[in-house]
Amino acid sequence: MKFVVNGTSVDVSVPGDTPLLWVLRDHLDLTGTKFGCGMAQCGACTVHLDGRAIRSCVTPVVEVSGRAVRTIEGLADGEQLHPIQEAWIAAAAPQCGYCQSGQIMSAVALLAAVPSPTDADIDAALSPNLCRCATYPRIREAIHRAAARMRDAG
Amino acid sequence: MRAELLFSLLVCACTASFAAAAPRSSVPPAPALAPLPPPPTVPREVGLASFAGVLSVLQSPRCQNCHPAGVAPLQTDAGVPHSMGITRDSPQVGLDCAACHREVGLDLPNLPPASPHWHLPPAVQVFEGRSPAALCAQLLDPAQTGGRDLGALREHVKHDPLVLYAWSPGGGRTVPPLSHEAFVESFGAWVDAGAPCPAR
Repeated sequence: MKFVVNGTSVDVSVPGDTPLLWVLRDHLDLTGTKFGCGMAQCGACTVHLDGRAIRSCVTPVVEVSGRAVRTIEGLADGEQLHPIQEAWIAAAAPQCGYCQSGQIMSAVALLAAVPSPTDADIDAALSPNLCRCATYPRIREAIHRAAARMRDAG
Repeated sequence: MRAELLFSLLVCACTASFAAAAPRSSVPPAPALAPLPPPPTVPREVGLASFAGVLSVLQSPRCQNCHPAGVAPLQTDAGVPHSMGITRDSPQVGLDCAACHREVGLDLPNLPPASPHWHLPPAVQVFEGRSPAALCAQLLDPAQTGGRDLGALREHVKHDPLVLYAWSPGGGRTVPPLSHEAFVESFGAWVDAGAPCPAR
């Protein structure tokens, strides 16, 4: 099975019905993407497929053949963190941190669709991403910070 | 005789007037008439009975849940609003239906149902709460069927993967009350009867 992960072509020998999350974590050692519920109910496993957010725990790897996957490891540009990641730190968004890679990937997808989101937009986009520490107000703040910075950067 | 002469002069005057205003060569052709529908080959009573079968499928949970009256798709046989605050506007904030409803289902319990191109239809395509007459009229109005005429709808119910999903939803979900074959047959019989609509 050939596809691209974070700009690098990979070829894995796994059954086609293997969840993408398993392939990322166990075969490609990209453990930033987390297993939460295994049934698309929590959002911890969110990655991008051709630029759109998907839940990797319910995506058979056969569906990504020949396509481009982006994980949390692929957001930064070298040592330069993505504006969302920097805003996450500045707003102290994570508490235990387990959900944050999924939250961040959903936030990036949101800002790609809506560069200046309202609170309602953020709630609509990230409601399926659960945070058991309930840091939702800080997540919102981080997204607003990142949106402002990305707007300023043009 | 005088009356005939007057009439002839009037005709000449009118002809001359029209000829001056619009030369004969530039008169646009009459618009083509829409072809008449073929005559019904199935009795109206049979058509109405067939539509009742079609209706029972369209308003079953597997079909109706994604043709809701409100902004949120529905879930389960009870038709409760989709969890997580999902609405038809979710894709506009980067959250596609296909984020969770993938093309290929995994053989694991409790997963979201899967089918190619999982999406909500346009907001006008409502099955929930529609009377038989209203739903019938909806199917006859291309503005409410995504531009599909009856022939295209017939193909849609026969082949569209998202329609076919209803009969293999997995996860212990119920299926529509008619088999897919019987549904397609009923739909066809309704169309062949001239697509009659119930009074109410």
